[in-house]
Amino acid sequence: MSTTPPMVAQSGGRDDVPAATESTDGSIPTNPTSHDRKGTWLAAVFLAPALLLLLVMVLYPIVFSLVRSLYDAPGSSFLGFGNYVSLFTDGNTLTALKNNVIWMVVAPTLVTALGLMFAVLTERISWVTVFKTLVFMPMAVSFLASGVIFRLVYDEEPDRGLANAMLVAVHDTFAPSSSYPGGRPGDPDAFPAADDGTITSAESVSTGSTVPIPLLAVSPDDVPAAATVAEEAAEPGSDSAISGTVWLDFTLGGGGEPDVVDETEKGLPGMEVEAVQDGKVVGSTTTSANGTFTVSGLAPGDYELRLPAANFAAPYNGVTWLGPNLITPAIIAAYIWIYAGFAMVLIAAGMAAIPRDALEAARMDGATEWQVFRRVTMPLLAPVLVVVFVTLVINVLKVFDLVFIIAPGSVQPDANVLALQMWKVSFGGGQDQGLGSAIGVFLLLLVIPAMVFNIRRFKKEQ
Amino acid sequence: MKTTRRRVTHLAIGAAAMALVVSGCGGSDSSSDDTADDPTSESSLPDLEGESIEVAAVWTGAEQKTFEKVLAGFSDATGAEVKYTSTGDDIATVLGTKIKGGQPPDVAMLPQPGLLAQFAESGDIQPVNEDVAAAVDENYAAIWKDLASNGSDQYGVWIDASNKSTVWYNQMLFDDAGIEAPTTWDEFVASAQTLSDSGVQIPVSLGGADGWTLTDWFENVYLRTAGADMYDQLTTHEIPWTDPSVTTALETLAELWGEETLVGDSGTALQTDFTGSVTNVFDADAQSAVVYEGGFVAGVINDATDFTVGEDANFFEFPAVDDSEPSVVGGGDVAVQFTDSEVSQAFLTYLASPEAAAAMVSTGSFTSANQNLDSSAYPDETSKALGEAIVEAGENFRFDMSDLAPSAFGGTVGAGEWKDLQDFLADPSDVEGAQESLEANAAKAFK
Repeated sequence: MSTTPPMVAQSGGRDDVPAATESTDGSIPTNPTSHDRKGTWLAAVFLAPALLLLLVMVLYPIVFSLVRSLYDAPGSSFLGFGNYVSLFTDGNTLTALKNNVIWMVVAPTLVTALGLMFAVLTERISWVTVFKTLVFMPMAVSFLASGVIFRLVYDEEPDRGLANAMLVAVHDTFAPSSSYPGGRPGDPDAFPAADDGTITSAESVSTGSTVPIPLLAVSPDDVPAAATVAEEAAEPGSDSAISGTVWLDFTLGGGGEPDVVDETEKGLPGMEVEAVQDGKVVGSTTTSANGTFTVSGLAPGDYELRLPAANFAAPYNGVTWLGPNLITPAIIAAYIWIYAGFAMVLIAAGMAAIPRDALEAARMDGATEWQVFRRVTMPLLAPVLVVVFVTLVINVLKVFDLVFIIAPGSVQPDANVLALQMWKVSFGGGQDQGLGSAIGVFLLLLVIPAMVFNIRRFKKEQ
Repeated sequence: MKTTRRRVTHLAIGAAAMALVVSGCGGSDSSSDDTADDPTSESSLPDLEGESIEVAAVWTGAEQKTFEKVLAGFSDATGAEVKYTSTGDDIATVLGTKIKGGQPPDVAMLPQPGLLAQFAESGDIQPVNEDVAAAVDENYAAIWKDLASNGSDQYGVWIDASNKSTVWYNQMLFDDAGIEAPTTWDEFVASAQTLSDSGVQIPVSLGGADGWTLTDWFENVYLRTAGADMYDQLTTHEIPWTDPSVTTALETLAELWGEETLVGDSGTALQTDFTGSVTNVFDADAQSAVVYEGGFVAGVINDATDFTVGEDANFFEFPAVDDSEPSVVGGGDVAVQFTDSEVSQAFLTYLASPEAAAAMVSTGSFTSANQNLDSSAYPDETSKALGEAIVEAGENFRFDMSDLAPSAFGGTVGAGEWKDLQDFLADPSDVEGAQESLEANAAKAFK
């Protein structure tokens, strides 16, 4: 990066040479020789195609956009700065602007930092080539393909989305999911369900009685293979117990009667049943294979019968990565995945250019590895880091494809960025190319400082 | 076809992600015998030996092959030579360029009534003659004449019609729950409840990430609660979205969308795209049993799942609300002529005939509104039922409302009607807020 590109030096040097002669000896240079004049012509001939292309494909579109941004949607009536006013008052564009700021601050910083880490790593490990190839590989994948990949990675359904599949695997290792997710009372009058899913008897139950507890909405797949046909529980036979049946009150194929233990309906084994008195659990048991249970050892009296929410807790399904809250960080992560390799390669090249003797000298003087990195490598590397950072800022300003593909339609307004908004208002439904041009001009204004900075740096390096 | 194609684009992203190839644009791919009647029986067509005609449409691949059968029928009957040009998806641009270049095709198939109106007003397309008008009157419900007219002039013939009033379901889960396909909205909601009781976690699968699935839901409910006349007025924004009829339709929708036990968590629904909403239903351990969308769902089922349409995957017509008449929301393609010649008039007359319709539907890719079409021309029960529903709806067929609206309102991801209905799905209790937002966006787009 730090070597002077010879091409630029030649074209830039032509003006510098006479000026330099002028300032050194003060004399006006003699008439330019025919050789020089011929050189000027030659330069013009060689530059013409590039200039023409720049004129037609860069300058003309810029000027046209500027003009177009002052007109309305059909391009027929002059609006002055009307489009710019609506640009800064429209909620969608403001969201896009906000997201662009987040992108500009977060993405280049993280990518540069990560690139630096990787570059340092490549100096320490032996399998450099493999490592570099792996990290750089995403750069070879098109943004569109990367977008499709990450759309899948972030899919909310753990069966499809890698991110949630990992989260769920970790979560379920530490907190196993409930046996009957989604189950709810078949007779909500007698056994109402609380918001958290806990099912409690509406009226208190006396010891010595038998209680049927029908449940619904349990997926047949969740009924364990060990479950047998439900039976009505026998009388507890003592004053210190309550018996009953917890069963799936739905006959497959229909035809079952509600609140009645029908012929083929299965018991729900392993269900936790608690007897509660004055808010305290005084006895508990689990149901057997046919769904019957007996809570025994109770003092004669009235109890509430409760099926705790843990029986019915919905399975943990991970995080809604592509919801309105996480969408921008999620897409930035995808961007980092793609660009970390780019930063690494540039920074590694910069590090290779650092004179070894400087590092050696520092080590000789007793500097630790950290000090060498902090005091020698970093300052020598700073120019490269800045170039990488600024290049990424420019790149991030025009991010479009990733947002367009990864964000689901319902979340797109929350993930919006200026480049996407520009396309949307001009072509993707809005059909207002006046407003679109205004956004384009605004984007150009945002890019200009970074461009100027980069050009100045290039000049300085020459 | 514009709608369907737009949909296929969306669908393609999802499908590509699953490394599946979604081919064509809806319709079942099931092979079939060519049951088209012998077109030579059409006696009223003149002898056009030596004449030729150029026809343009969006179709490629399998759909083009089907359409070429129709063209062959015309050649056989008249001796005229027919040259087919596929314009690709963006037919409006292609035709616009050809018109500017002074070489429009003789006949083109337009996927939008809006395009017909545009070309009629610019004077590029020519009104049909009496023969064509008579053939349309004889074979189609009057609505199809209206849809093919601009002002008092009739400009074309609708050669196919698609049906977006179909609800698809997993037969096995219906059998487990012991229920039959519902015919009324109340039965529909009750069926969803029964499915939930039977252990189906999210009985009705919504593809809320794609806003157009929600506008199609709304259009079907609105057509049934408010009636066809009100539907027309809302389509052109003659009545505002704050109208009480919209309130009724949204409240009806909320009976379903507002029940978490029936449609699941709305946040999840808003993350599910159209393809996902279909594959959620047609899966070996499906957690959903019902999905609403048009006839093109059959194509997704065939291509992206192990289910077979007509066996373990079936559909019922969008249920009636409060004894509403059979109604169908859909789309179609209208044939119009850029040159007023004997051969193009004869071609349009032929397209309006039951023989042409029979050739068109013979592969199962298309359905027709031709009421004199012998339904045995359909290659399978599913496309036959889809087509019969359109004929049965008769005057109550309506074009997809959001497709007729300016695209800023009815066709933009994350904006307009799409976004407003997504917000409504997120909070179905806020009917008033949804209406105000819809009206504000519509007013902006319809100015």
